[in-house]
Amino acid sequence: MTILPETPARLTVIHPLVVRITHWINAVAVFCMLFSGWAIYNASPLFPFAFPKWAVLGGWLGGALAWHFAAMWLFALNGLAYLAYGLVARHFATAFLPLSPGAVWRDARAALRLRLIHRVGRYNAVQRLAYVAAVVLGVTLVASGCALWKPVQWQALTNLFGGYEWARRVHFLAMAGLAGFILLHLALVAIVPSTLVAMITGRARVAEEPTVR
Amino acid sequence: MIRDPDTNARLKALRRDIAPELASLERRLVLRGGLSLGALTLLSGCDLSTGSNGTLADRVLWAMSRANDRVQQWLFDPATLAPTYPASMIDTPFRFNAYYPPDNIPEIDEATWKLEVTGLVADKAPWTLEKLRALPQESQITRHICIEGWSQIGQWGGVPLRTFLERTGADLTAKYVGFKCADRYYGSLDMPSALHPQTILALDFAGQPLAPEYGYPLRVRVPTKLGFKSPKHIAAIFVTNDYPGGYWEDQGYNWFSGI
Repeated sequence: MTILPETPARLTVIHPLVVRITHWINAVAVFCMLFSGWAIYNASPLFPFAFPKWAVLGGWLGGALAWHFAAMWLFALNGLAYLAYGLVARHFATAFLPLSPGAVWRDARAALRLRLIHRVGRYNAVQRLAYVAAVVLGVTLVASGCALWKPVQWQALTNLFGGYEWARRVHFLAMAGLAGFILLHLALVAIVPSTLVAMITGRARVAEEPTVR
Repeated sequence: MIRDPDTNARLKALRRDIAPELASLERRLVLRGGLSLGALTLLSGCDLSTGSNGTLADRVLWAMSRANDRVQQWLFDPATLAPTYPASMIDTPFRFNAYYPPDNIPEIDEATWKLEVTGLVADKAPWTLEKLRALPQESQITRHICIEGWSQIGQWGGVPLRTFLERTGADLTAKYVGFKCADRYYGSLDMPSALHPQTILALDFAGQPLAPEYGYPLRVRVPTKLGFKSPKHIAAIFVTNDYPGGYWEDQGYNWFSGI
């Protein structure tokens, strides 16, 4: 891979306002959903482990459920606004596409050999895959959550997940996937802290695109 | 009532089965007490415990729960039936659930048991088991979903609550049907859920008269709601327009809890 030549940088909006607002609302909502969800899991663990008591929200099952069923509106409605914006304003198309297995493989190998260049304002293929996966996991969490909340009223949806007991497992696995994404996401922000500033101000110094690629 | 040796043996086995769970429950309570001195101090008053007039967080959580009641009332379709299952899918043994250990299951004597009916009903005469058995019976195999997350399939039989309310001349336009139980549990349903065709006053479980641990002699069974909405050992039924709450609901479980 060639190293990009030094080019003049200019301050550009790399995260649109809608993305920034929905990102931070989502951060709060996911915090509440995750830690209250762990407390609910602990009431009847699906697997032979429980979450540590210091990492759960709500104090007791009733409190945890109250948090979960309050924050779910924030998570779902904010997520819906983000999806609508992403599709209508073509944010998904410009930020996450094109995305091909070949590109993911190439960028993943480059990243592991520490040869992947961080281009401000443009996602590499691994990032694109991760963000698309996070969106898919979020949609899966809301859909499987609805299947668990209303397995009688919305039984067609619950059946789509293979019934109530399978919906519990899907909900758990999607949570685990999203938690994994968040760990990776936070680790990368810790490595490149300027990205945190950009998600607040929306602006970053972006190198001019070289004319020859 | 003196329990027969079979019942005693079964209850003894039940106590043995849930002993580890009770021990872990005790550990949990101790741990919770200890932790509240530590990390969770920051979050106390965020667990519904200060009530709907308590801390800001608790006020918001209680208000959201009441809003969720309204959303669920709106989502509830009286014509949608809970899925039913073949007998081959019935789960055995079926879990015992209560807010107390099996030692405290109330002992009820059939000879003196009477079901009181009060509130907005025309006929307040008490009911005997015999009278209830004489009403049209209904049996279903449905999924019991606990608020804790687990679920089991069981078979309940008895009188549709709608039939009972009609026979007693209840005001079917009233808002709530409430239940008082011999084990000091209490609960209530919204009228549309009480009139749902699958909501029954259960006399039988698994084709047999209710065993003590499953709510002898009478329990309500509401397959369109979470398990805690189906009180056991019912001693009185009342119809009212004043919100009656419930044992768990008053502590913070969502009241409607429809599924």
